Amino acid sequence: MTTATTSTSKLADKSSGDGLRFYAVWLMGIAALIVLPMIFSSGGSLTSFSLIGIAIVFALSYNILLGQTGLLSFGHAVHYGLGGFAACHMMNAVVSHGWPIPLPFIPLFGGLGGLVFAIIIGWVMTKRAGTVFAMISLGIGELVASSSLILRSVFGGESGITTDRTALPKMFGWSFGPQLQVYYLIAFWLVLSAIAMYALTRTPLGRISNAVRDNPERVQFIGYDPHVVRYLAFCFAGFFAGVAGGLAAINFEIANSAYLGAIQSGLVLFSTFIGGTAYFFGPILGAILVTYLQLGLTSVTSVWQLYFGIIFIGIVMFSPGGIAGLLMMHRPLVRAGTLWTVIPSYFVAIVPTVALACGVILTIETVSRYSGGEAINLFGIGFKPQSPVTWIVAAVLVVGGAFVARLTWRRIADAWDRAATVARDRGYLA
Amino acid sequence: MSAAAIEVRAVEKRFGNVGIIRDLNLSVAQGERHAIIGPNGAGKSTTFNLISGHIRPTSGEVKLNGDVISGLRPFEINRRGLSRSFQVTNVFARMSVWENVRCAVLWATGHRYAFWKNVDSLPEVRERTARILDDIHLTHRRDVPAGLLTYAEQRELEIGITIASGATVVMLDEPTAGMSNAETERAVALIRRLTEGKTLVIVEHDMSVVFGLADRISVLVYGHIIASGTPEEIRRDPKVKEAYLGEEAH
Ligand SMILES: Nc1ncnc2c1ncn2[C@@H]1O[C@H](COP(=O)(O)OP(=O)(O)OP(=O)(O)O)[C@@H](O)[C@H]1O
Ligand SMILES: [Mg+2]
Repeated sequence: MTTATTSTSKLADKSSGDGLRFYAVWLMGIAALIVLPMIFSSGGSLTSFSLIGIAIVFALSYNILLGQTGLLSFGHAVHYGLGGFAACHMMNAVVSHGWPIPLPFIPLFGGLGGLVFAIIIGWVMTKRAGTVFAMISLGIGELVASSSLILRSVFGGESGITTDRTALPKMFGWSFGPQLQVYYLIAFWLVLSAIAMYALTRTPLGRISNAVRDNPERVQFIGYDPHVVRYLAFCFAGFFAGVAGGLAAINFEIANSAYLGAIQSGLVLFSTFIGGTAYFFGPILGAILVTYLQLGLTSVTSVWQLYFGIIFIGIVMFSPGGIAGLLMMHRPLVRAGTLWTVIPSYFVAIVPTVALACGVILTIETVSRYSGGEAINLFGIGFKPQSPVTWIVAAVLVVGGAFVARLTWRRIADAWDRAATVARDRGYLA
Repeated sequence: MSAAAIEVRAVEKRFGNVGIIRDLNLSVAQGERHAIIGPNGAGKSTTFNLISGHIRPTSGEVKLNGDVISGLRPFEINRRGLSRSFQVTNVFARMSVWENVRCAVLWATGHRYAFWKNVDSLPEVRERTARILDDIHLTHRRDVPAGLLTYAEQRELEIGITIASGATVVMLDEPTAGMSNAETERAVALIRRLTEGKTLVIVEHDMSVVFGLADRISVLVYGHIIASGTPEEIRRDPKVKEAYLGEEAH
């Protein structure tokens, strides 16, 4: 009995200590969102930040399925897209009926759009997990995407549904015409949604979702119906995807079939997985990285999808826990104070790894531009795709880089093993 | 006299053409400690699966506290107060020991699918989880993912998850299998204490455990119960001697 009470009080200590750090992290995030546009105030960065905010909400909603409940969906953009359409229709209705609903409330209707569809379709979809769920989600995704082109009155056909966000009633005197105001609207909903989705992970439903992810069979023997758990998780994911879609509709003042298609569904899976599904902040990192890559790569290369594919394969093969998993691997080493023994091997590995990456880039660009003949500009150095010099440089970088990089990677692994052993001996799990 | 805790009446189970359970009849009284013994492949785990709703009988009927439960889903049966463990450890591998036990406490404490409560600020859930961790001697391992526990620890966690809901009928499928003598002794003491005042059905191969723990014993051979009685009756039963105990006598 005494032990029981001590362990309970220890738990209380632990959670209050964690609590302080926890609030500090969230407050820092909010502060960053507020000051970002003051530091980077160009129109281009405001647009990027807005897109990233939307992508984060979308990726976090996806992780309710993938990371928390173990459901792999290939059709999550359906809820995003329907949220976008719901928001557009709502905005147009507000304007034409003169309802007193200002723009900041619109994402809520986007969320309802995503939620209603989840409520309708979810019960059948979540009956089974695994491959069955994945296949049905793929089918529903295709179904809705193709319907959006056929059902013109709802989806507006090819051109989609347009709207004018500035025509809604003003709030605090904001018209939401300038991108800065839209950015703050998105940031506000990002914070709200992120807090809500984080809170969800700390509820009985959130924890049982994890249990369903780990072992749906056993869940049945502790009183829970895994079908109901999956269904509820699916509805929450649908709602927040709809919020993200609503934000996108506000940002672009349009909703069209591209919102709910397979590319959008693939992108959110990609962001979430790259970021890492095992930690709440993983999808946030993934969404930031992927949105930046998308914006950055599309302007410098026409084959940006190829790079996405390579990154994805690389992450799946070498770091299945994503970026978040890679970062969190270091936590026991930091605690045990052995991280410094690993860092030098990282620096040694950077040079050949970058050389290898440059070689791969040069090869891809050479192949893709060979017939067109445009010059390649690799970090300020010009290459001609038809010149044998380029081919030789690419080959040397790939082969030599890979050879040396492998050696340095092995050194990282050795250094890592030693550091982890020490960390484990000092009582930190590694 | 109240209804039997578990009443199995004329249950048959076929997998394809093979009859694994044949005309199974079993009655476990309230508060009784009942052991099921029998050779490998006799159908002991299958019997557990039939009673707990994991699989449905081909024919026949199972009653829990007088109500028919055959045909119900496992979670419906669990909510009526029957909880079981698994012969092959069946825990939530990526979740911590603490989370494993807490999940098993949530339904019984009435929190169900709640998504409006903070799971960390439910005092009765926390106290009950802490008490069970203490009972199964895993308090010092509370933050370790269940998948990283040692085998014996996982077996203890398995028992912890099973009793966490506070079910009045507890079924344990070979809880001590693969444990050393010392571990077995500790596990048996644990089982004895945790099932105080409850109905216990246990499958066990270790005869000293069975005869030390059980009020009544049923002997299952080829999917059929050939004898059921007190340890003394079972020890003397010639059919049992022939079919089962004879092999182990020396
Ligand atoms: N799902 C199934 N499909 C087909 N046959 C099965 C199935 N489940 C069990 N069996 C068969 O039923 C028989 C009884 O199995 P069961 O696991 O109940 O035995 P047991 O008495 O628990 O044995 P052990 O002591 O080895 O645990 C075995 O021959 C097994 O192969
Ligand atoms: Mg068995």
